Amino acid sequence: MNKVFKLSLVMVLAMSVILAGCGSKSSSSNKSGIKIGMVTDVGGVNDKSFNQSAWEALEALNKDKGINIKYLQSKSDSDYNPNLNKFVKDNYDLTWGIGFSLGDAVKQVATENPNSKLAIIDSVVDAPNVQSVTFAENEGSFLVGVVAGMMTKTNKVGFIGGAESPVIKRFEVGFKAGVAAVNPNAEVKITYAGAFDKPDIGKSLAATLYNDGADIVFPAAGSTGNGVFNEATSRNKQGGSKVWVIGVDKDQSLEFGDDVTLTSMVKRVDEAVKKVTQEVIDGTFQGGKTEVLGLKQNGVGLPDTSKKNVPADVLAKVEEYKQKIISGEIKVPAE
Amino acid sequence: MDKFRKIFTLDNYIVPVAAVIMGLFVGAIVMLVGGYDPILAYSSLFTQVFGDMYDFGEAIREMTPFILTGLAVAFAFRAGLFNIGADGQLLIGMTAATFVGIKFTGLPFYIHAPLAVIAGGLFGGLWAAIVGFLKAKRGINEVITSIMMNWVGFYGANYVVNHFLLVPGTQQSENIAPTASISIHFLTGIFGNARLHWGTLIALVAVVFFYVYLWKTKQGYEVRAVGLNPNAAGYAGINVGRNIIKTMFISGVFAGLAGAFQVLGVFQYQSVFASSPGYGFDGIAVALLGMNNPFGVLLAAILYGTLTYGSAGMSFGADVPPELVKIVIGAIIFFIAAQGIVRWVLGPFYGKRKKEKVL
Repeated sequence: MNKVFKLSLVMVLAMSVILAGCGSKSSSSNKSGIKIGMVTDVGGVNDKSFNQSAWEALEALNKDKGINIKYLQSKSDSDYNPNLNKFVKDNYDLTWGIGFSLGDAVKQVATENPNSKLAIIDSVVDAPNVQSVTFAENEGSFLVGVVAGMMTKTNKVGFIGGAESPVIKRFEVGFKAGVAAVNPNAEVKITYAGAFDKPDIGKSLAATLYNDGADIVFPAAGSTGNGVFNEATSRNKQGGSKVWVIGVDKDQSLEFGDDVTLTSMVKRVDEAVKKVTQEVIDGTFQGGKTEVLGLKQNGVGLPDTSKKNVPADVLAKVEEYKQKIISGEIKVPAE
Repeated sequence: MDKFRKIFTLDNYIVPVAAVIMGLFVGAIVMLVGGYDPILAYSSLFTQVFGDMYDFGEAIREMTPFILTGLAVAFAFRAGLFNIGADGQLLIGMTAATFVGIKFTGLPFYIHAPLAVIAGGLFGGLWAAIVGFLKAKRGINEVITSIMMNWVGFYGANYVVNHFLLVPGTQQSENIAPTASISIHFLTGIFGNARLHWGTLIALVAVVFFYVYLWKTKQGYEVRAVGLNPNAAGYAGINVGRNIIKTMFISGVFAGLAGAFQVLGVFQYQSVFASSPGYGFDGIAVALLGMNNPFGVLLAAILYGTLTYGSAGMSFGADVPPELVKIVIGAIIFFIAAQGIVRWVLGPFYGKRKKEKVL
């Protein structure tokens, strides 16, 4: 009995030392200035796509304006609420939720903390203190569809979606419409990976599509798409017929190289994050509204690097369609 | 009291405690090498868990499934069975609870909520009993079948949610009826809207049940006898096969309840999972750390939940990147699982202690 008692006493003492230590340390992290927080979905800030764009935008603002930035990566769905709350309770000036899967959590946290400011990408949250930003992915996907339709040699192109959701549906439908507009004979093969963080699934789906005769694949699947690039790169290395990938969200030719990236459907997540964050810095932030960024607002589009692989006449056609969409002459379906 | 103390004899708990300390130590070295302040990181971890009522409530929420999956694995261990299938049993239990929660409407809450909980436990148990049946009747290794049943359970759960419960255009089921919710509303107010639920209480009851059943009943004696030596148990007239099936069933009930509580208490809906949430596998670590003892499992789950929930604090308070946090947590679990190393390091002290005891 004595020994047990002594040992537990030592443990309690050790514990109190640790706990005392945390009391003195935690207050030193307060810096002056504006604090912007960001919560990623399970992809994390190195997903070479969505979260990364957003984080790079915040890092740029950090450099230019000297604001304080911090991000928390979610390990699972149950982390969304505590992670958002962490920023909100620490009085961050704005908390970003990146991705549509955070919609419910942002809604709940915003309702419970009416004085906080939040913003979300890719989902519409109806709360007076939340700014929602969505993109007209169907318009941008239409344009890469035009490129794919004109450049396919096998008359077969593929699409790999992350998971069936309204956002990914817009990619799929826009892409199909774009291909059909310039090449009615081309076949668009649609598959879904069921996950945004599974490059291995992306790789095997891409292999199936390429084996099936498709020569251009357009993945809209977060880091699952990295597997598609991987598959295409190894195929091109082995020789045989040339295959292409169309990048998504960012200019992915910068990540994966020009010899495999035909073009990219760039979603200017960075622009959106910069814009809304700037509003907070300027004090003009207004919650409760939804901003849809399309071709007109330069929220989606093709990067300049496309001209390396896409011939001028195709790009001219793309420009032509772009103007038609902006002027409203062509209505791109969304679902 | 004396019995209670016997569970926590010196031998039993010095190794896990040392393992945790060594894990924290190695984690600190990793952080130092990475250029981060380990003291600030660990204190951030503690403030994340004990900092305010909301975080404390959420940490309790995080611990609950670990308690139950830990019990599930430990219970099977007691009968000499290695239940790696807790993950699949959890998902099946979760799906059953979600199904009852959504489809059985119009019931009063005092029938609906218990019914959903029971459905979760029952289906989790039956799922595990299949593994037990194959082991008992055909001698098929339960490790292999339970791993495979994880995948069947995983895709089965996704299939049910996708085809019967889905809100079109999303990746999640409809919300369960409010009558099936087991949230404790008067407590969530006190805990700053943390998602507390009755499941935590039931998990604590399960801890006591585990102890009473195994050490205070004839059936529990049989289970332990089978675990120590199935041949001897069979010779002594114990029906080994029936005990294996029964043990797997009870083990599965624990796991199924864990899944049911996640839906009924925390999310109120079930997602289409891209990958398994992994609670079942964490349960193996919890059971190991708890030395397959119910009260040990409880303590281990508290520790494990603290680490998991507190890890976000390390990113937040000390800017440790999430990859490094995973390494630190992994180091702690490594030492917990690899107790041989701990005993070896403790060797000199350990021997001395033994001698003292003789006096």
